[in-house]
Amino acid sequence: MIKTDNKILSEHTRAEIDLWIAKYPADQKQSAVLAALREVQHENQGYLTTELMDAVAEYLDMPPIAVYEVGSFYSMLETEKCGRHSISVCTNISCMLNGSGEIMQHIEKKLGIKEGESTEDGRFHIKQEEECLAACCGAPMMMVDHVYHENLTPEKVDEILDELE
Amino acid sequence: MTDDILNIEVDGKALEARRGQMLIEVTDANDIYIPRFCYHKKLTVAANCRMCLVEVEKAPKPLPACATPVMDGMKVQTRSKLAIEAQKSVMEFLLINHPLDCPICDQGGECELQDLAVGYGEGVSRYHESKRVVKDKNIGPLIQTDMTRCIHCTRCIRFGEEIAGLREMGAIGRGERMEIGTYIEKTVSSELSGNIIDVCPVGALTSKPFRFSARAWEMVQRESIAPHDSVGSNIELHVKGDRVMRVVPAENEAINEVWISDRDRFSYEGMYSEDRLQTPMIKQNGVWQEADWETALEFVRDNLDKPLLNHGGSQLGGLASPASTLEELYLFQKLLRALGTNNIDSRLRQNDFDQQETDPAFPYLGQSIAALEDLDAALVIGSNVRKEQPMINHRLRKASLNGADIMMVNSVDYELNYDISEKMIQSPAEIVAILAGIIKAFSEMGNQSVDSDIQSLTNNVKVNDTHRAIARKLSDAKNGSVLLGNLATAHNQFSTLKVLALAIAKLGNVKFGFISEAANTSGAHLAGVLPHRGAGGEVIDASGLNTDDMLEQSLKVYLLMGIEPELDCWDGRKAVQAMQGAEFVVSLTAYESETMKQYADVLLPIALFAETSGTYINVEGQSQSFTGAVPPVGEARPAWKILRVMGNLLNLETFEYNSSEEVRDEVASVIENVALGSVGSWTTPESLKNVTGSTEMGSNGTLQRITEIPMCSIDAMTRRARALQNADDSKGLIQINSTLAKRLSIITGDTVVAEYEENTYSAAVMINECVSDDCVLIQAAQLNHSELGAWHGNVSLRKA
Repeated sequence: MIKTDNKILSEHTRAEIDLWIAKYPADQKQSAVLAALREVQHENQGYLTTELMDAVAEYLDMPPIAVYEVGSFYSMLETEKCGRHSISVCTNISCMLNGSGEIMQHIEKKLGIKEGESTEDGRFHIKQEEECLAACCGAPMMMVDHVYHENLTPEKVDEILDELE
Repeated sequence: MTDDILNIEVDGKALEARRGQMLIEVTDANDIYIPRFCYHKKLTVAANCRMCLVEVEKAPKPLPACATPVMDGMKVQTRSKLAIEAQKSVMEFLLINHPLDCPICDQGGECELQDLAVGYGEGVSRYHESKRVVKDKNIGPLIQTDMTRCIHCTRCIRFGEEIAGLREMGAIGRGERMEIGTYIEKTVSSELSGNIIDVCPVGALTSKPFRFSARAWEMVQRESIAPHDSVGSNIELHVKGDRVMRVVPAENEAINEVWISDRDRFSYEGMYSEDRLQTPMIKQNGVWQEADWETALEFVRDNLDKPLLNHGGSQLGGLASPASTLEELYLFQKLLRALGTNNIDSRLRQNDFDQQETDPAFPYLGQSIAALEDLDAALVIGSNVRKEQPMINHRLRKASLNGADIMMVNSVDYELNYDISEKMIQSPAEIVAILAGIIKAFSEMGNQSVDSDIQSLTNNVKVNDTHRAIARKLSDAKNGSVLLGNLATAHNQFSTLKVLALAIAKLGNVKFGFISEAANTSGAHLAGVLPHRGAGGEVIDASGLNTDDMLEQSLKVYLLMGIEPELDCWDGRKAVQAMQGAEFVVSLTAYESETMKQYADVLLPIALFAETSGTYINVEGQSQSFTGAVPPVGEARPAWKILRVMGNLLNLETFEYNSSEEVRDEVASVIENVALGSVGSWTTPESLKNVTGSTEMGSNGTLQRITEIPMCSIDAMTRRARALQNADDSKGLIQINSTLAKRLSIITGDTVVAEYEENTYSAAVMINECVSDDCVLIQAAQLNHSELGAWHGNVSLRKA
């Protein structure tokens, strides 16, 4: 079998993946694929590359295509280079009724990009098609870099985004 | 086990079913048709197309027949109002995103979606929104993709995972944006990949070489037998006019199930290559000219007579392709023997012929092909089985998935699509020592039946844990086998290997067999294309010369059938020298080449497999006859007819055949009593070469050559099949592992010069960790660099 040296994954990443592998039966290493991809993405400024997915595939003894399938399926995994701050605006029913449309419009106008795009300076990325984030009581809401911000107004959005590097 | 038989009722008809069967299996077995796309009897159940919905009594909604296990007393309606409405609705959904571009789709006229749309679809679509479009993927020269047509049945994905053992296709994205593809740009490179064309129910995956060349209804389907491996897969030739347009598998559960290899599927392109010989040609005073058959054959007769009279039959030699038909091979040896020579052979890729007198009647697999999947242990010696014999590899893979221990002794750690339980990968010279080590491991285990001669041979051999594990696994096997492959047959110590391999089989009490090479290797042996045996195994007292001796001794006259000696013989260089040194060379060939024109005096155009009737005998001894599907190109004629007329012209007796069937019946009567199961009864050699306890080859800087034939270069026809050639990207490269590369400071892509004997050969390097240490893997049988010399031996390597 042709194997490459798995130097693409950092020691830290491999240690993190190992923690997840340990949670599953020994012959079912592939169960850790989601956690592994999340970890790898986190270490790579928020997106996955083919090389990284190949490295995960090799680490977990999976066919690369099986990892691509997972990587391309889940919305929290990005397979193309994107801005370092990820903005997810909930547009589901409760937020929609409470004005998530305006919030989205405001962000798009402010950053000059559309949903699913990243700013040219690599600072922001607006996630596409974000579904309910389970914070209806604080609608409208958004998640920025895994942190929830509720009861949004355009001013509040400006404040949150302007603080980010 | 009456409990396991259940009674169900389908459309008012009482049926019997086995517990655990899915409903669709029972209806299929009873000729009740349920529409389907994703269900395929050889693949796992996905139940994602929903086309097979049927009404089951007491179930609140329609159930998919492919994923509904039968239950006793179940009552099913496949054509009720509920069932048909469900099926029609599914069809409507499937057609929403389907482009309905049937007029420009290759699948049109043979499309499952088209057929079912006629049966279940509406004439007018209610869907007026825009349809999705999917970008086509380039997955190599064999398979054309039109992914907009894909209905996501996932048969191709499941085929890759479950049958080919190589998951290359996947479902990328999700929901409405899901696409079937490879994600990255890559060539789908399984040796069975062409089968996804057949499993695809729509026009998303079609044959690239066949593209836009014919419509299903313009072609007639003719049964035939595949000519490129020793399995003899059953195939259908699709013929338009006088031309084979494509090849698809025919079902034969005992041989190829429902699959065929890519080589058998796409080789037909080679039939129509530009260098196909169209008319007989003769060389007079050094000038080639076209001739009619009468002139050409009389030219052969006149010249054949002359040198024969001068030199006697001993100066005449015949080499035939083991992919010729049984009829051709039989007449070939009959003609030569009538001319007074026993210099007849088809074992072109063999070098060590010792103890051929006690070989079995033909290199028998030792069991049926289907039985391979029931093995619980197999030791494969010297074989790139996956590429050489894809259908045999498929059976071994099934055995492995069932828990069998498949073990390998090879010089290259070939990538297989299943787990190998033990392997010993060492240089060709060390293979003998490996087998001796396994034998010694048997005696260490207390096996009393080790022959004392053999035991003394193994005295100096060191035994390691892998030897022991192989011996133990073979001993523990209830149904095991030792199998010798092509690379063992081509080994320069083949006669020792076969003795040791048989000894291992006996010690382990397992079956012994050969994985022979060509479509008719068995037939060639049985028809008497051997220097030491006539048809049906008749012993010839005055044994003739084998291939190697015929080339070594440089005879005056050669008769060639269906081969290019420079590419098809073990030592291509020696072959060319022998041909050039001859006074008269007659080549019955389908192709002309510059090399051949240099040494030959007459070229007689012969028909290829689809152009002639004939018979192949496969590796399990199964005889399969076929008829010609198309007339031969140009003036080409079936070789059996040419040989028959040559027999007449030379005034030889009993050459009055009117059909190939008459020839076949004559051979059949001669070989019908040959016993299948015979193994060789060889004697043990007196000593083993290269077994000194520690074989540190390469320590003094010598490297060994490993030779293999790329799977699409095995015969003249595949070498000219364009798409197959383009699909093989490692062709012609010199392969070494990284340890050796580092030592020689070579990196991938460097041009290197390999030198062995008086030859040099330069090519680009590919670093391949599968090659064993201190070995250089060089491929044989390449059109652009013939005359490579012997397959084994020491070679040196330097940067160009």
